[in-house]
Amino acid sequence: MSILIDDSSRVLVQGMTGRAGTFYTDLAMRYGSHYVAGVRPGKGGTRHLDLPVFDTPQQAIAETGANASLIMVPAHHAADAMVDAIKAGIGVIVCVTERVPQHDMTRVKAALAGSDSVLIGPNSQGILTPGVCKIGVMPTFDARPGPVGIVSRSASLTSEILAQTSAANLGQSTTVGIGGDAIHGLGFVDCLKRFGDDDQTEVVVLIGEIGGREEEDAAAYLSSLDYGKPVVALVVGREAPKEKRMGHAGTLSIFGSETAQRKIELLQNAGVRIAANADDVVPCLRAVLG
Amino acid sequence: MILSEYKSKELIAQYGIAIPEGRVATTAAEAEARCREIKSAKYVVKAQIGAGGRGLAGGIRFAATPSGVREEAGRLLGKALVTNQTGTGGEIVGEVYVEAAVEIERDFYIAIVLDPGSARPTLLASARGGVEFEQMARMDPDVVSSLALDDGADVAAFLDKLGFPNSASAAEAVSAAARAFGANDMILLEINPFSLTKSGTWIAVDAKVALDGNAMFRHPDLEALSIDKTLSTAERVAQENEINLVKLDGNIGVVVNGAGLGLATNDMLVDAGGKPANFMDIRTTATSFHIAKGVELLLEDPAVKLILLNVHGGGMTVCDTVTEGVAFAYSRSQRKLPIVARLAGTNAEWAQRILSDRKLPVEICATMQSAVDRAVAISKGAR
Repeated sequence: MSILIDDSSRVLVQGMTGRAGTFYTDLAMRYGSHYVAGVRPGKGGTRHLDLPVFDTPQQAIAETGANASLIMVPAHHAADAMVDAIKAGIGVIVCVTERVPQHDMTRVKAALAGSDSVLIGPNSQGILTPGVCKIGVMPTFDARPGPVGIVSRSASLTSEILAQTSAANLGQSTTVGIGGDAIHGLGFVDCLKRFGDDDQTEVVVLIGEIGGREEEDAAAYLSSLDYGKPVVALVVGREAPKEKRMGHAGTLSIFGSETAQRKIELLQNAGVRIAANADDVVPCLRAVLG
Repeated sequence: MILSEYKSKELIAQYGIAIPEGRVATTAAEAEARCREIKSAKYVVKAQIGAGGRGLAGGIRFAATPSGVREEAGRLLGKALVTNQTGTGGEIVGEVYVEAAVEIERDFYIAIVLDPGSARPTLLASARGGVEFEQMARMDPDVVSSLALDDGADVAAFLDKLGFPNSASAAEAVSAAARAFGANDMILLEINPFSLTKSGTWIAVDAKVALDGNAMFRHPDLEALSIDKTLSTAERVAQENEINLVKLDGNIGVVVNGAGLGLATNDMLVDAGGKPANFMDIRTTATSFHIAKGVELLLEDPAVKLILLNVHGGGMTVCDTVTEGVAFAYSRSQRKLPIVARLAGTNAEWAQRILSDRKLPVEICATMQSAVDRAVAISKGAR
């Protein structure tokens, strides 16, 4: 069917009344997604985009049965919005906000631990199940329903690969942008597990890049079991300028091996088909789908 | 945003971590004069650069007298220091830090970071600190042990087990470091070496602080401290215009939206035998005017022979925003370099029309690979 979101998703938007919130909520509703409410402290009781606006996520859930949230609030309020959504018990929370301070994520992660919520982002383009539901800011023009699950760290490459797969008559089950920040919610491994359990998904495309340890963790997970579905990976940044910033050997154990080449080797050893470049993903998909 | 050594040390000293007495200087004469304010039998003169690896590259020098300090400072200031973490051009030394040389018993390593999984402050520690620590840790990450700094974490027992002598006192320094880390939105606080003196006390002989640029709205005082001197002028101007730009050694100017697509483009260029002049990621917040500035920075670079425009119009940056910026930059520049463009996604056709209507010297390619191949050919002299 899809992962994370489907036709039973009822979406509320935290920060709907802002400029970006208004624009992207409107686009997502036109796409046919089921948006039910907005949340903006101090504007409870008003209406916006013909939807009711509430002061808190709790009120919005009680009145509308919302079970998913799109967060589009400014960076310095984003952590509070995420914590509010988690405490209100929302199942799927997508935070699009960029430039959230890393220390603010400490309390978000603490709230997330032991909750039933799933957080995607921050700095995520969101989740898209073509033809069914969009929670995010991605373009949908090129999206088609189909067998390819996409999980990605890069918004621009997701759009690129989505368009290429559709042009090749290979649509998508769900696309998930896990977000570009060092500290984020859902990771590659969680998404792989969900795609593994999803009937519609026949193949997974994993789009990674230098930095972090998402690809290392995905490789370890895929090595640990018979995944049962082919996985194609594109890892970019082989020729990236040497990281001047955080290339500290002392932090390698916690931040990962960093180089794209190493990530590619690990994924390859885990049985993943490696796309040589962005234009090679579709040929790889054709090869593994037979 | 990385703070230089002396700014890092002055910041952590405010939280009770001992540092050697030191003064900063920008000329050799100033280094001599200021070191006379420090009572010490011996001095260390340290180049203040952003990149690491300076110890092994000759960026740390010893002097027995103030006139010796002057001599050593003169050898460093204004010169490029090449370390294994800088490019081949090195980094120009604009400041030196003169310190009292401390009698060291042994060097250790400590750092605090946010664990990417839990987002909790986490202590990294090793009993094998010092100048060769970087290489050692690269070969064997197990040299470093980690401990989540939760309430009730027994730091002293952890350090004791790793072989830190006088661990109660070392743990006090860690707790001071943790306060500094939290209060200033640091994403890295590294003390290497964290040294045991002959008299049994702990001192931060070197320190490196990286601040979270996204949290500087809470620290206007720190923002001024943290102007990144490792950036070139062009890179800094790009930053101010919502563009992440990294200058490289090649001749193909690259204009791309999104970091992932930017990395993918440069990988393909190098694979095809080309040499990118830059990495570019146009942020989603950039307007056409910002993008025009970014393109101008490439047109101003005499090494750049052509522009490769690779845009996938997404939900936030649409194609025409980028080509409007390109057209604007060309209207203001005398240098009409050829453009190879691959435009896809939102508003691609409209964007293409902007380029042809303004009569820019553009060639349109249908795929990334064909655009990359064409750009590489032109960069090698093809017409």
